[in-house]
Amino acid sequence: MTKPDTARPLLDIRGLKKNFGAVEILKGVDLSLRPKDVVSIIGSSGSGKTTLLRCVNLLEEFQGGDIILDGETIGYKTVGGKRVRLRDADLSRQRAMTGMVFQSFNLFPHLTAAGNVMLGLRKVKKLGKDEAFAIAEKWLSRVGLGARLDHYPSQLSGGQQQRVAIARALAMNPKLVLLDEVTSALDPELVQEVLTTIKGIVDDGATLLIVTHEMRFAREVSSRIVFMEQGRIAEEGTPEEIFGEGRSQRLNEFLKSSRH
Amino acid sequence: MDAFLAQLWIARWPLFDGFLMTLGISVGAIVFGTILGCIVGIQLVFAPLWLRFPFRIYVDLMRGTPLLVLILAAFYVPAVLGLSLSAAQAGTLALGLFAGAHIGELVRGSLQAIPPGQIEAGRSIGLTFPQILANVLLPQALRTSLPPWINTGVELIKGSSLLSMIGVGELLLKTQEVIGRNFMTIQFYVFAGILYLVVNIALDMLGKSMERRLGARL
Repeated sequence: MTKPDTARPLLDIRGLKKNFGAVEILKGVDLSLRPKDVVSIIGSSGSGKTTLLRCVNLLEEFQGGDIILDGETIGYKTVGGKRVRLRDADLSRQRAMTGMVFQSFNLFPHLTAAGNVMLGLRKVKKLGKDEAFAIAEKWLSRVGLGARLDHYPSQLSGGQQQRVAIARALAMNPKLVLLDEVTSALDPELVQEVLTTIKGIVDDGATLLIVTHEMRFAREVSSRIVFMEQGRIAEEGTPEEIFGEGRSQRLNEFLKSSRH
Repeated sequence: MDAFLAQLWIARWPLFDGFLMTLGISVGAIVFGTILGCIVGIQLVFAPLWLRFPFRIYVDLMRGTPLLVLILAAFYVPAVLGLSLSAAQAGTLALGLFAGAHIGELVRGSLQAIPPGQIEAGRSIGLTFPQILANVLLPQALRTSLPPWINTGVELIKGSSLLSMIGVGELLLKTQEVIGRNFMTIQFYVFAGILYLVVNIALDMLGKSMERRLGARL
């Protein structure tokens, strides 16, 4: 028995197509996430996995297909049979429904850790200063940085910066969290603290779409794994199906080459 | 020396007026030029191509024209068009337009030096583009623009002496008038030079201390 509200997908990507000029990056991707799903996308670089994530966060335009987030078609509307990109204000509202964490952190260098988390709360959610600060404090404590509220990004380690970025995304209370290779730019000894933080978020029941090269991590936290190749989803399954016996030759080769 | 001090005492009010005029015009021009420069810099980076073009022409025109020519143009052209500007107003306008072009280029460079990830991070938390500009891009761009902005301020204060050519009673013109009465040429030019130097050094020190306070954050 499935309840109707959990059966409806939170994110429904249908036939997504994206090209840069003549180069096709995504050649028709279908992917569906229900609430509390944790889906990891794996695949070699250039397979389109980061582009897929950026399309969902509306950082990229796409030329075909639909992305439906919580029942709302995002990014485009149809006017008189023609597909048009939404205005900046609409895109901003829809972007706020998802939280994105980037490979290169992208913290605002002129703001403190608390200031980074508060900016969206103040300007997008229009919260008062005290309320925004309280939420920032809560989330920074949640990622283990309660003692670093007043630190500027330049005064924090890479792992700490990435945890501030995670707090910044989650404080906005997004319906869906997008993680784009969040440990790839970190020194090896800093990777674990960020992965531990993400596991905590998974345990809290967030819905996540993750692009990662950390196979062991993907296997541990994911409810489903998606293997992308050349702009298409080549295989999709539970971690057991993807990492267990009986996988395809191509996936086998990829997993072998990605083992460090 | 006693004779110079006696003459200086006699000339103290005209010189003080000139000094104030120099400061007033410089401050007016840098405020005007900074506001204009921010607008120009933003347009040069983010406006659609057709709109960027007129701003580009303005910047290149201002930067390629001698300041004295700009001042003379600001003095004579409005009169031909039937606008009546005082010499001080025309001079402030010329200096402000000149500063606007230079500051526009500074802001453009600083904005372009900001990694694109900053805009994406702003977008991803749901900020609109104007909000990103006001809260993410400009605070960073203005910080990196600060040292060259101070230089532009120094250039303006020095450049304001050219307004003596159109009869604005600023420090240099007042000094020349005083010299016309007492013929102490060297003494009073040196005195005026020292006043310019003091103001510019003060401005420089102000800039350095602002840089230090902001420096830790970037």
